[in-house]
Amino acid sequence: MKATTAAGGGFVGYGPGEKPRWEEYSKCIHCGLCLNACPTYRELGLEMDSPRGRIHQMIQVDRGRLAVAESFVRHIDLCLDCRSCETACPSGVEYGRLVEAARGQIQEYYRRPAAFRLLQRFFLCQILPHPSRLEKLGKLLRFYQRSGAERVVLASGLLKLLPRHVAALAPLAPRMEKPFFTERLGAVVPAEGPRRYRVGFLAGCIASLAFARLNEATVRVLARNGCEVVIPAGQGCCGALQVHSGLRERARELALRNIRVFEDGGFDAIVTNAAGCGSVLKEYPQLFEHEQQAHYTAAQAFSKRMRDVTEFLDEIGLNSSFGRLERRVTYQDSCHLLHAQRIRSAPRNLMAHVPGINLIELKESEICCGSAGIYNVLHPEMASRLLQSKMKRVDESEADWIVTANPGCLLQLSAGVRASSRPERRVMHVIELLDEAYECNSASGRRI
Amino acid sequence: MSVEPGGILPSQKARVVDSLQRLLGRDHVLYQPEDLMLYEYDGLSTHGTPDAVVFPLSTEDVVEIVRLAARERIPIVARGAGTGLSGGAVAAVGGIVVGFSRMNKILAIDLENQRARVQPGVVNADLSLAVAAEGYYYAPDPSSQKACTLGGNVAENSGGPHTLAYGVTTNHVLGLEVVLPDASVVHTGGSCWDRPGYDLTGLMVGSEGTLGIVTEITVRLCRKPEMVQTLLAVFDSVADATRTVAAITARGITPSALEMMDGFTLRAVEEATHAGYPMDSAAVLLIEVEGIEEAATEDAAQIEAVCGENLAREVRRARTSAERELLWRGRKNAFGALGRISPSYYVQDGVIPRTRLPEMMEFIASMESKYGLRIGNIFHAGDGNLHPLLMYDSRNPEQSRRVVQAAGEIITRCVELGGSITGEHGVGLEKNELMPVLFSENDLAMMRTIKSVFNPDGMLNPGKVLPTGKMCGELRVSAGAGGPGDERR
Repeated sequence: MKATTAAGGGFVGYGPGEKPRWEEYSKCIHCGLCLNACPTYRELGLEMDSPRGRIHQMIQVDRGRLAVAESFVRHIDLCLDCRSCETACPSGVEYGRLVEAARGQIQEYYRRPAAFRLLQRFFLCQILPHPSRLEKLGKLLRFYQRSGAERVVLASGLLKLLPRHVAALAPLAPRMEKPFFTERLGAVVPAEGPRRYRVGFLAGCIASLAFARLNEATVRVLARNGCEVVIPAGQGCCGALQVHSGLRERARELALRNIRVFEDGGFDAIVTNAAGCGSVLKEYPQLFEHEQQAHYTAAQAFSKRMRDVTEFLDEIGLNSSFGRLERRVTYQDSCHLLHAQRIRSAPRNLMAHVPGINLIELKESEICCGSAGIYNVLHPEMASRLLQSKMKRVDESEADWIVTANPGCLLQLSAGVRASSRPERRVMHVIELLDEAYECNSASGRRI
Repeated sequence: MSVEPGGILPSQKARVVDSLQRLLGRDHVLYQPEDLMLYEYDGLSTHGTPDAVVFPLSTEDVVEIVRLAARERIPIVARGAGTGLSGGAVAAVGGIVVGFSRMNKILAIDLENQRARVQPGVVNADLSLAVAAEGYYYAPDPSSQKACTLGGNVAENSGGPHTLAYGVTTNHVLGLEVVLPDASVVHTGGSCWDRPGYDLTGLMVGSEGTLGIVTEITVRLCRKPEMVQTLLAVFDSVADATRTVAAITARGITPSALEMMDGFTLRAVEEATHAGYPMDSAAVLLIEVEGIEEAATEDAAQIEAVCGENLAREVRRARTSAERELLWRGRKNAFGALGRISPSYYVQDGVIPRTRLPEMMEFIASMESKYGLRIGNIFHAGDGNLHPLLMYDSRNPEQSRRVVQAAGEIITRCVELGGSITGEHGVGLEKNELMPVLFSENDLAMMRTIKSVFNPDGMLNPGKVLPTGKMCGELRVSAGAGGPGDERR
């Protein structure tokens, strides 16, 4: 890396460490088939904000024609890492790997504004990786949300005093649920009926606070399918947000912690209900490709057992003692389930088992809703454009329920529904739909 | 004789950029080097950096851009999604690239009369998606249909696997709105099939942006057939497969698609898409027939018989639409699938009469041994449109030279067999110097005369289609994925 006068100004070429490599980017034949699959290209129509264009920029940096400077960083930042382009790519370019490596370089060698660095370090390094700190913050937030203080603050305009990124966070903060799922850490939930499988449940960091009910539903549904569900203590954040932000060293620490916790449980599978977490959990080996062999091997063993909950249930054959749910339902593919994990039919298959469910295919369901981890916080304008496009398609579907497979998508779509002309529409996880269908079977049995 | 212009003079640039920004708004003009380098390439190569890239939202915007360019004597290149394979959307000598990615509205759909009016930036597959629920679709289906724009399709007169029965883009365009280099707006054709006067629409389609800039397109929509039968015929020899192609059409059957892939290619495709192609076969034909149920069923049965007579090892029929889609996904992703196994390849596009397929296959095989290359073959076999893919490593300059030589021989052979230098990818700046191989001096003079009527100063997409005379009879290749001169490698 040297200082020159390449386009964009500043340093040229990549520094030491993981970086986009020729072996990977040369698979791109610049055919452009990815363009219309890319949410940011669809919105902006700019080659710089397309997958082909981003790869071209990575190549130009490697060749010394473009600097890791403001322009490069802006376009790499604006990528959702939704990996829709990987599904579209006939050449098998692993775009996610490339963009994550580019972000690692940016994180190492590009100096962002102090406020940004401070906030990023605070949330991604000081809070998320530490379950006890996260829980304390969660309690504080829950008090703020439930005591009425939030309404006062939002109405008062006090937020305008804060930096833009912090202010944008406030209304997007997920609702803290009570009780937190963290209370269940260490629990072993027996299978209903004969035990068919023993599974480890990875509960997620924020999900344990804001999606405790979804986690409970997941455990119930697994148990109803003959799974003994173990929720090991000591587990924590999967590291997905850190990987997406280029904080690769921090992500490795988190990965090792989870790998150790789930190592000796004798699990047939390790299960998550968060597609975003699941894709990184399955890709743990990528983090250790240039590290100790032992870590790489352990990561491989871990990832081999990793399953999205919909994938797992579809594999083992679903217990379909469901009650009837007369609903018009549409399914928004979670990007990290469809594009990163290549799971398309499992959630649809599961819902098809529920009598009464009328599944309407959502047009462009494979396009991101704008959630993408903390993307909607960092790029609120693009996120809201994507959400508006999404809600138009939802309206066309005339569905009563919008179903998806990832907590982030649930938050984003719920925000879309709240602002829409049909705020009564429900947004739910596939698992919540199944849970309700099981419940209404036992309930209707009583009622009739 | 027009003078081929150069790009913007440095002294002009600030003034021009300023004017463009005032016309269109700052968000619709790119002029910084770090942005312009993203518009150096299309699907083919990396030839030429524009001086500015602009994104109009309306015909009026285009008129103003063209007026400014005419006043400043700056070349203009229209660009859709940049998926083209002959360099048509690349600013060969600089100038202003007019990007149509933001003119992507479907303006009107008239199903009763089976037509739609669209802006040029609408993606081909998006139009079909918009009318699919009502049982209609837009027929021309290039492999890039999920990304390429209708404006680009009009410029290149794009084809696709289903051209055998449905024809190419020109057979589906009813009317155009065009901005000429003097900033006047003309309308060609209309909304019905036959309009009095000269067929200017036909002239515009396939003119590769050298006669005018299309700002609105009226297209024909087709009704989905009652039944589609998709068959996969598997062969142990390439010769048997190529003979079968002519044998099918000799029976008076016109399949809607008749595609061929050789064993080398289909193995790469199978690795990539798991479409169920047999890994050990020498060639497959992908054949589709459609129509009313009785006819499609009868045709499919006849095709099975013909394949059997020509020693097909096996003929499979897709039983569900999912199976059909999978077979097609394999075919449509074939180019990319080869990108997986070779660092670079150069895709050629030539045409021969389909009856000459067997001898052409032998010739291509002889090129493999003569030049020491691997060549994969994907053909729209029904209409004799060949896409040999020449594999190489762009880091090896000597190998790269051999690839261009072999490709040149293959294209020359196409013409000798009574075919053409391009079937659907266009001439662009890849093959314009080859035009004299196909056309006489009189033919070319007529084309130059027509061009000078519409584009007298040569300001629209300079350096494309017609030979410049600067090189003689050569392919100008920066080769598909990172060829010699490919700036990306």
